[in-house]
Amino acid sequence: MFIRLVYESFRRQRRRKFLAGAAVAMGMAVTTAMLAVATDIGDKMARELRTYGANLVVYPQEDTLDVEIGGVSLKPVSEGGFLNEADLPKIKGIFWRHNIVGFAPFLPLSASLLADEHSDAVPVQVLGTYFAKSLELGGESFVAGVRSTHPWWKVSGSWPADNAREVLLGKTLAGQLGLTEGTTVTVSGRAARVTGVLSTGGPEDSAVVAPLFLAQEIAQRPGAVRRIYVSALTKPEDAFARRDPASMTPADRDRWYCSPYALSIAYQLRETIPHAEAEQIRQVAQNEGTVLSRIEGLMLLVAVAALLAAGLAVSAAMSSAVLQRRHEVGIMKALGASNAAVASIFYVEAVLIAILGGTVGFGLGSLLGQQIGARIFGSSIEVAPVLLPLVLGLSVTVTLASSASSVWNATRYEPADVLRGTA
Amino acid sequence: MFLRLLISAAAVERARTLTAVLALTVVAATVSALLNLYVDVQAKLRREFRGYGANLVVLGSNGQTLPEDALERVDATIGGRGVAAPFAYVVARTSDGSPVVVAGTDMERARKLNSWWWVTRWPHGSLQALLGTRAAIVLGADRPFDLSFRGRTLRLSPAGTLQTGAAEDSRIYLSMHDFVAWTSVGLSAIEISASGTPEEIASLAESLAAKLPEAEIRPVRQLVEAETRVLGRTRMTFLAVTGVIILTAALCVLSTLMAAVFDRRKDFALMKALGASEGAVHAVVAAEAALLGAVAALPGYLLGAGIAAWISQASFHAGMQPRLIVLPPVLAGSVLLAVLSAVAPILSLRRIQPAALLKGE
Repeated sequence: MFIRLVYESFRRQRRRKFLAGAAVAMGMAVTTAMLAVATDIGDKMARELRTYGANLVVYPQEDTLDVEIGGVSLKPVSEGGFLNEADLPKIKGIFWRHNIVGFAPFLPLSASLLADEHSDAVPVQVLGTYFAKSLELGGESFVAGVRSTHPWWKVSGSWPADNAREVLLGKTLAGQLGLTEGTTVTVSGRAARVTGVLSTGGPEDSAVVAPLFLAQEIAQRPGAVRRIYVSALTKPEDAFARRDPASMTPADRDRWYCSPYALSIAYQLRETIPHAEAEQIRQVAQNEGTVLSRIEGLMLLVAVAALLAAGLAVSAAMSSAVLQRRHEVGIMKALGASNAAVASIFYVEAVLIAILGGTVGFGLGSLLGQQIGARIFGSSIEVAPVLLPLVLGLSVTVTLASSASSVWNATRYEPADVLRGTA
Repeated sequence: MFLRLLISAAAVERARTLTAVLALTVVAATVSALLNLYVDVQAKLRREFRGYGANLVVLGSNGQTLPEDALERVDATIGGRGVAAPFAYVVARTSDGSPVVVAGTDMERARKLNSWWWVTRWPHGSLQALLGTRAAIVLGADRPFDLSFRGRTLRLSPAGTLQTGAAEDSRIYLSMHDFVAWTSVGLSAIEISASGTPEEIASLAESLAAKLPEAEIRPVRQLVEAETRVLGRTRMTFLAVTGVIILTAALCVLSTLMAAVFDRRKDFALMKALGASEGAVHAVVAAEAALLGAVAALPGYLLGAGIAAWISQASFHAGMQPRLIVLPPVLAGSVLLAVLSAVAPILSLRRIQPAALLKGE
């Protein structure tokens, strides 16, 4: 009998049920989309913040002091320590390898540039690095170079190949010497073709940027790397991150090691690359932590506001749906139904609407979340399936709670008043 | 008569009117909170990005040093819209002959400009030096040391160490006064962290170029480009989220008001039976709704501004002024939403005969 009542209610009042279900679906769609955005915004923003460039630097333990003013290194290349180029792929072997967005080796040295036979040799800074070099570690291949760690470097022309005798000229240098792309220059006796003019807004504008092997040739130090800049996705630093891992309990140390703090990634880089020191580039790493935590906090609060709005929308729809059926309640009570019996029919209906509407809403919300991610960040926001029970739970709770007050109100009226229409 | 109809309708069905006003206020508050935040969050985030340090650098053209009054001129041009710090560099020799970069700066200004500098103890008093961590390892951070430049030797006592993970770690920093007295070398650069939108910063760069024709004003591309991109993404996400929330809140009002009007269909049937035209009934409904919308708008705006201020305090630890520019859209939106949700059910009731309605069908 009970089931028949519920079934008939759905069959006869299709439009009303549909409207209520639609309201629940919309409310849950918004909830799902907001939860998806709020949980994923941290990752997405962390990736966007990598536009600031490298946040970690690796340098040789044995190195002497840098003598650098305005980005120009005044230390002769023969002095100081070096890292080994062969150790570079190991960077992609650390625990947090999936957080390493890119890295680039640097070898700065002083050389002389000869534009052609008729002019004098000009002293220049040469910077040896990778542009977009393919490396391999354990069967996995990846690309390393300044094109990912220094995204504000702009080249008019084309980037040199990492294994060819091609170079970039800084904009200021090219302007001073009257050189453009396509010309061939001689750098400390080695001929190289200029494939493009580099504009960075920094000291590289007055330098020659060459593939690493060429700089190593000029310096007569095969396999030498002075510094490695690493760009990694990190978690904002907190008091726990700043603790010394050597002084932690094993459980704490594991937790520290397995959190992508800039400090723990630097620790892992130091472990992997022999004779190296690694630390965070504070200007980038510290500030992105601050910016990230602010944005995440803001989005969380806005998501909570969205959840409240969705809850209110669903409540309003459900309570007005029940209110419109006061007559039915009156009839049922006049026929002798108890308050509990009447209420249970409405609650069961509410739960059914909540589950159906919630599921549809979850699907719509996932779609909405994906669209927001795709349009704004160029990568979709994944909705974890584990959110479905959560959303359904919310849906059922809100629909029940909002029907409850209306049902309780409706049952308090005298059946006679309601049937006459004076209630 | 019209006015009396409106007011009586509101007064008699107090509970229903109150529900409608409440729903409208909630929507107005939501819209107001989100719009207030949107207008404000950009300014707040830009301030966070200033933590990255200098976004403009003043350099002497062709590698020369800057004139002596350069810092004064920069201060005068910037006003309060940024922080400027002077830097001067030389390569000096330690007592065992190895080269080290020594920088002269104004410690207070450098501290304000570079918030990420991790300093164990700032120097105060004369002939005290701030050592970069790598320089401290080479020189020994616990005892006084000698530096020589162009034949002049200076004995300094280390005050503390500086760590940045960049070129500063290999340098020694002195107060500008000590530096100039020892080396007589002028300023190499003035680094400026300018606040404001990209257009404001560009116009500031132009004013600086005019005030300092012998210098080169360079934006720090790394910071400027990254900031624009990240802010752009944040703004778009916020806008998308705001749009979705406003839509939901509007739906909430729509269903409530539609139900309220639908409940009163007997009243409208009565009006028609008494001879009111379609237009008159619509006008009464629309006017009631508009009144409710207008009444709900102001408290909603204020409530929303309060919520936005609370969120701003919780996220950025900085308060927020309610933005007056948000009030007109909230008012207009509230009235429009109320009128739309009231008129829609009325239009659907058109075809019903008053008699049928009054009989209760």
